[in-house]
Amino acid sequence: MIDLKNIYKIYKLGENEVFALNDVSLHIDRHEFVSIIGPSGSGKSTLMNILGCLDVPSKGTYTLDGKLVAGKTDDELAEIRNNMIGFVFQGFNLLPKLSAIENVELPLIYKNVPAAERRKLAKEALEKVGLGERINHKPTELSGGQQQRVAIARALVTNPPIILGDEPTGNLDSKVGKEVMDIFKDLHAQGNTIILITHDSDVAAQAKRIVRIQDGKLYEES
Amino acid sequence: MNFLFAYKMAIKSIWGNKTRSALTMLGVIIGVMAVIVAVGFAQGSMQTVTNRIEGMGSNLITCMILSTSESKQLTLKDLESLEQSSQYITKISPYILKQSNVKYETNTKSTRIFGTDENYLEMEGMKLESGRFISALDIEKNDKVAVVGATIKNKLYDDEDPVGKYIKINGTKFLVIGCVESVANGMEGTNDDMVMLPISVAQRTLKITNVTMFLAEARDGDVIDIATQKVKDFLFDIYRDNDQYVVITQEAMLSVMGDISGIMMLILGSIATISLVVGGIGIMNIMLVSVSERTREIGIRKAIGAKRRDIMIQFLIESLLLTGIGGIIGIILGLLAIKYIIGNIGLIQPVYSLPWTIAAFSISLTIGITFGLFPAYKAAKLNPIEALRNE
Ligand SMILES: Nc1ncnc2c1ncn2[C@@H]1O[C@H](COP(=O)(O)OP(=O)(O)O)[C@@H](O)[C@H]1O
Ligand SMILES: [Mg+2]
Repeated sequence: MIDLKNIYKIYKLGENEVFALNDVSLHIDRHEFVSIIGPSGSGKSTLMNILGCLDVPSKGTYTLDGKLVAGKTDDELAEIRNNMIGFVFQGFNLLPKLSAIENVELPLIYKNVPAAERRKLAKEALEKVGLGERINHKPTELSGGQQQRVAIARALVTNPPIILGDEPTGNLDSKVGKEVMDIFKDLHAQGNTIILITHDSDVAAQAKRIVRIQDGKLYEES
Repeated sequence: MNFLFAYKMAIKSIWGNKTRSALTMLGVIIGVMAVIVAVGFAQGSMQTVTNRIEGMGSNLITCMILSTSESKQLTLKDLESLEQSSQYITKISPYILKQSNVKYETNTKSTRIFGTDENYLEMEGMKLESGRFISALDIEKNDKVAVVGATIKNKLYDDEDPVGKYIKINGTKFLVIGCVESVANGMEGTNDDMVMLPISVAQRTLKITNVTMFLAEARDGDVIDIATQKVKDFLFDIYRDNDQYVVITQEAMLSVMGDISGIMMLILGSIATISLVVGGIGIMNIMLVSVSERTREIGIRKAIGAKRRDIMIQFLIESLLLTGIGGIIGIILGLLAIKYIIGNIGLIQPVYSLPWTIAAFSISLTIGITFGLFPAYKAAKLNPIEALRNE
């Protein structure tokens, strides 16, 4: 499913080169539940951006679902993101002017799904994350936990093979964070591939497989 | 991306920033309104003048003597011989003109004094409101009679019928025998602002011996060219220099009016269009602010699969809607301004021009696209990672 081979991401800061990712290789199969853990500045977000096709590596090859992600245009990457990846961010990243259900519908709009079907799929996704009500509320009228549920529903709604979470519990208190983690576990049980990025070892421990990242290098934990 | 949804989003965003959207639209509103009012005003005033020229009849020839020579002067006798010399010229009405003070009781006013003959009223296409016009007998007998215009009736006689009253010109009393129907709402300085005397009396009162202007009437519209040539030849015989006089037909006047009208429309149209462009720059300014304010939103949209085109369309529709709504408000205000402001001035009849309204609206939409393009392109090009990092 996901195959990273000798990936480098190098940022140039004047004369200095920062190796945000330094010779990273990683293989993730379908239906896995992987967490990537590392301290701040270790390269987690950089790795997530590359995995999520928001960015391309400086060196190395990334094969996603058997296809090489290289030399793609912005629009082609957008299409891959739309079809293959569901993002869940630390800061929820919902559009404040749209209602919960409209936020969930958004990826389907960019997929040109007709309105009636969009509604139906969005409702189903919201029900899956336990948010059958309050779907017409604006994000500001929802609690942090509810907002993150909306964000997860948005990640789910296109039924993508991979769900990528970047510190999805980082902005939530531990009780609500646990509830959100339960949703991810549920989704995994239903057959989704889940990759969580975190600096919290308690969160990481709930995954089936833990990968440690330190100074841009990956270490598998067994 | 689906357009209906894009419209919904755009309306939400416009509605969410009401004050800012209204201020942005103001430029377009004023621009479109300016086009409609300016063009309405120009066409209206041209129409008014054109109607008046047409009212004079198509077989009328207007002649003005520019020469100030003491030795070569046009006399009433010359004109009589001109009238007799050609079968194509049926009538000639000479007139002389001078600015002078007129007085009735304690009311005084400066106005134009015309000296003319019995044909003038009809040839100019004017009508009497009361009394009678100057007759051939008045001229022959040097009767001290006068016909006044609507402005004089208003200013000197407080809008009462002046017929039978007197009017004092240069110290001489004249009996008012007629009052002309208003042609320009009684405004000062127009053809309503005048007093007409029998030409013989006027020559004496105003101390003018020669004739400075006359109207000639061709037998009918078909022989107007022959008649015009006849008049030109006649004047050339006297002055031996065709710069000393001007001979104009109604057709020529209409064609000059057409030219002036075209130029006026062009100037007013350009000024109004410039104001529209300025409005467009305002749109661009606000759209750029909007793009930078919504960087994070754009990042989110791109992360979940929006393509460049989707983002472009979203912002283009927003600027298009801003200019479209602004354009419609501008059209409505422009029509109201034409109807209630210009229409009430009275002198000119404003004209509502559908083609220019369509043009103004299209220009505003074009401006919406043109000036929305750059901000939309900027938004579409944003890097999603950097956009997401934006707080
Ligand atoms: N756009 C960038 N330009 C320069 N350096 C960057 C950029 N993005 C990340 N870095 C650097 O790369 C390293 C890894 O960053 P990041 O992936 O954000 O770490 P984490 O998410 O684990 O905190 C850090 O040293 C960071 O300063
Ligand atoms: Mg990070």
